[in-house]
Amino acid sequence: MIPQELRYLESHEWAKLDGGSGIVTVGLSDYAIEQLGDIVFLELPAVGDKVVKGSEFCTIESVKAASDLYAPVSGEIAEVNDELPENLDLFKTGAYEDAWIARIKADDIAELETLMNAEDYENLLKE
Amino acid sequence: MPFISNTVDQQKQMLSEIGLSMEDLFSDIPPDLMGRPLEIPAGLSEMEIHRRFSALSKKNATDLTCFLGGGIYDHFCPSAVGAILSRSEFYTAYTPYQPEVSQGTLQAIYEYQSMICRLTEMEVSNASLYDGGTALYEAMMMALRITRKNKIILDSSVNPIYRKTIHSYTQNLKIALDETECVNALANRSEILNQLDKSTAAVIVQNPNFFGCIDDLTDIADAAHANGALLIVSSYPMSLGILKTPGAMGADIVTGEGQSLGIPLSFGGPYLGFMATRKKYVRKMPGRVVGRTTDCNGKDGFVMTLQAREQHIRRAKATSNICSNEALCALAASIYLSLLGKEGFKRTAQMCAQKANYAFKRLTAIEGVTSHFRQKWFFNEFVLDLPKDARDVVANLIEKGFSAGFPLSRYYEGMENSILIAVTEKRTKQEIGMLAECLEAAL
Amino acid sequence: MKLIFEKSVSGRKGVMPGKSDIKESIKLDSNLLRDNDAELCELSELDVVRHFTELSKRNFGVDDNFYPLGSCTMKYNPKVAERVASYDGFANLHPLLPQLRGGGMLTQGALEVLYEMDMLLREITAMAAYTLQPLAGAHGELTGIMIMAAYHKDRGNDKTTILIPDSAHGTNPSSAAIAGYKVETVPSKDGVMDIDALRSMVNDETAGLMLTCPNTLGIFNPHIKEICDIIHDVDGLTYYDGANLNAIVGKAKPGDFGFDILHLNLHKTFATPHGGGGPGAGPVGVVKRLEQYLPISVVVKREDGTYAVEYDRPKSIGYIAPFYGNFGVILRAYAYILMLGREGLERVAENAVINANYIKEKLKDYYDLPYPGICKHECVFSASRQAKNGVHAIDIAKALIDRGYHPPTIYFPTIVQEAIMIEPTETESKETIDGFIAAMIDIAKQAETDPESFKDLPKTTPVGRLDETKAAKQLDLAY
Repeated sequence: MIPQELRYLESHEWAKLDGGSGIVTVGLSDYAIEQLGDIVFLELPAVGDKVVKGSEFCTIESVKAASDLYAPVSGEIAEVNDELPENLDLFKTGAYEDAWIARIKADDIAELETLMNAEDYENLLKE
Repeated sequence: MPFISNTVDQQKQMLSEIGLSMEDLFSDIPPDLMGRPLEIPAGLSEMEIHRRFSALSKKNATDLTCFLGGGIYDHFCPSAVGAILSRSEFYTAYTPYQPEVSQGTLQAIYEYQSMICRLTEMEVSNASLYDGGTALYEAMMMALRITRKNKIILDSSVNPIYRKTIHSYTQNLKIALDETECVNALANRSEILNQLDKSTAAVIVQNPNFFGCIDDLTDIADAAHANGALLIVSSYPMSLGILKTPGAMGADIVTGEGQSLGIPLSFGGPYLGFMATRKKYVRKMPGRVVGRTTDCNGKDGFVMTLQAREQHIRRAKATSNICSNEALCALAASIYLSLLGKEGFKRTAQMCAQKANYAFKRLTAIEGVTSHFRQKWFFNEFVLDLPKDARDVVANLIEKGFSAGFPLSRYYEGMENSILIAVTEKRTKQEIGMLAECLEAAL
Repeated sequence: MKLIFEKSVSGRKGVMPGKSDIKESIKLDSNLLRDNDAELCELSELDVVRHFTELSKRNFGVDDNFYPLGSCTMKYNPKVAERVASYDGFANLHPLLPQLRGGGMLTQGALEVLYEMDMLLREITAMAAYTLQPLAGAHGELTGIMIMAAYHKDRGNDKTTILIPDSAHGTNPSSAAIAGYKVETVPSKDGVMDIDALRSMVNDETAGLMLTCPNTLGIFNPHIKEICDIIHDVDGLTYYDGANLNAIVGKAKPGDFGFDILHLNLHKTFATPHGGGGPGAGPVGVVKRLEQYLPISVVVKREDGTYAVEYDRPKSIGYIAPFYGNFGVILRAYAYILMLGREGLERVAENAVINANYIKEKLKDYYDLPYPGICKHECVFSASRQAKNGVHAIDIAKALIDRGYHPPTIYFPTIVQEAIMIEPTETESKETIDGFIAAMIDIAKQAETDPESFKDLPKTTPVGRLDETKAAKQLDLAY
């Protein structure tokens, strides 16, 4: 059920390049959402924040855990999904669509190539 | 053996039932690390303990008439506080990890949080921290997390011991700590406003401040907010019976020492650090928090909540390393505030201010005693300037049966002759009169 | 039951301060006054006493029954300690008195308690010096790490990392991080820290190691001395988390293992009440070469036999708390140690360990035991077997509540799936423990025959299982 066109991090974030704009959309995979259990809080980054590939850029909280989300590429936060913290159920209904978290203006879109493709990610989940 | 229930026979029986010897049980410890003798005295009976501690306690002077404050005050505590606290269902319980058998502690903490919010006019409170000093440090760390900036402005009218504590904790961290020198016993407004810039995480002030002076900090709050910084106010809860609240002034984080709320002096602890903040910052707040929810049958109940921010889950990324809270002291404060109630608490605060005001007039009427701060407004503590070294005068007055106050030269340069005097509701007109007479004689 | 605010009756009075003997009224500028009175409740003294008495009945303490909460050492809290702490000479003593000229002489009894406690703790743990100031175990950890940092700074060492095993209490990594260090986690092998992994992780950047011994699985690491040597070889310092001292107190001394810094939890090992979550006390002991870094202040004994507070300590890490620690807690622990004395203290660990191993052996056929060897003061089972039937550690905990016991610690340490961590302490009797064992066996059988019956436990408590998701999502933190 994993969307084939996306790229993935070992920490279960997905990343999608929006056409030629250099904007990368980030979200959290279905698997991670299931593992977290009831999500109670999401702290979004601020638009304009600089992020570095592989370092944390926002925090998500369930009753029993708080996890950091890691940036798939370096760049600047261009947009955040303001609706999401108000409606956390979106994670359950549309992990790969409505529950996008942030859009990053990537410094170098080639960084995306270093991430896992869907097949690799699927293999990771099987392990 | 005291407090070990099993007899030697039972111990042997248990070992034989599991087929192990005492040696087996400790066989995992390398022999060279064990068995060194314990050079401590033989045990005492309970009767001997009473004798010993009674003798020790009598070597402490608690018969002095207390005008000593400096953040810790000699207030009256109703008998019912101690009576309720001595219920072992409260004091022999631990952290309410199992909410179904801990509703007593949990509801008491929820009520405590509510009372702290009502006193300070803030939106949320945690379940308490160690004491007023460490609570202020935690507030500073919280402001750094919220703003993601690194400059702190700390005014010297804040309790000097708290400031020293903050210095210790921050010496290895990348924090720019700017101290402003208070002016005329009030926070140095112009310097604070001057220092405030976009890199400032928080301004830390105290009200009433260490000199007992009261201020309206609203303008400082506004200036801080205009720079994206927070205002942290260290507060004296008894004063909140009458004084304008930090919440009304626009404070973002309020902390303080809760000792005045029914907790004995007890030579420095255990005390009660309280912390309250705005709802939007609740997830950055350190410490335990209790929330109200419902059980599986829809009945109201209480649980520890927001635990994901805490050390046992978040480990190295937790909002603080704090694990415990001062639950029993928070309970004491709740009982105290409930017993005095709305009217009793206000009247007690009024009486503190009224008696302090009287003492100020009475003492400044003594020839040579002045108040160079020309303190217009204070709550229950004020500074007097004496014609000679305050340390000598205080030492002299101890012999007359008074702990007359705190000589400020210990923490403030050039204040050799200044003394900080606190007056609580417990002091009588006669005691104040006696102090005045003895002080006059000592000068 | 109702909140205290919901019981309030407008105009009802509680404890009033009485009439002031001073007539003049105060005049404060209205800008400085609050607009409305603080909305506290309006109740009589009886209303308040009834309210809190009712609350107390919705609680469970050591005095109620067995409280085998692992890692928390819920032993009996002697009543005599409560009584001596309430003596006027202690309870009404102002902490600033020693800072007045001649004031030290007014507090000789209290200073003697602090000094003598320091001496006793040195002997019990084989450390050279103590600060009694830290206000809790976690506060002790932070103090200890600050001492570590002061040592490295003084030596000109550029150290960045503190190593901590994966089985550690959460406070360890948290304290290290808050003091400004990077934390690296050392994996476990066979229930103890993997010494080969440690060797591969130690380097010049290693500031130190924090270790609980025995660890949170109740296992004593037989390589403890070697581990300390590995850290010392790179001029790192070793920190002993004294949370589990009850396992060895009176039998062995952490200072002899090679530890440089440690904290004790007086509310665990030395029987002071846990108070529903605090106050505690976390004294920190150090070896001789670290004594100079201890926080301000320290109580010393002068040649004339009097006690004094020393503030002038140029290499000190400074103030970590306003006064001398949680004096009331220290006082209780001091009374406890004096009462046990040498012989008593030597029996503490022995009996704590007998009780824990007895439980471990008697229950091992009914619950999975991931580490079956000798344990120290606590044993850790796993409910994995029961979980296959849908009965998890939390369900077993709730079933114990209905049988009149406080549950053990569950889901910790995290390196054990479905962990059930049982710490009986030395104060519990065989009869009590046998009763608990019977209950645990009964529950194990019920988990096989009727797993569905666990779903709505506990049934005997004032409330059932609470909705924690709702609590975290729809925050209601104040009335």
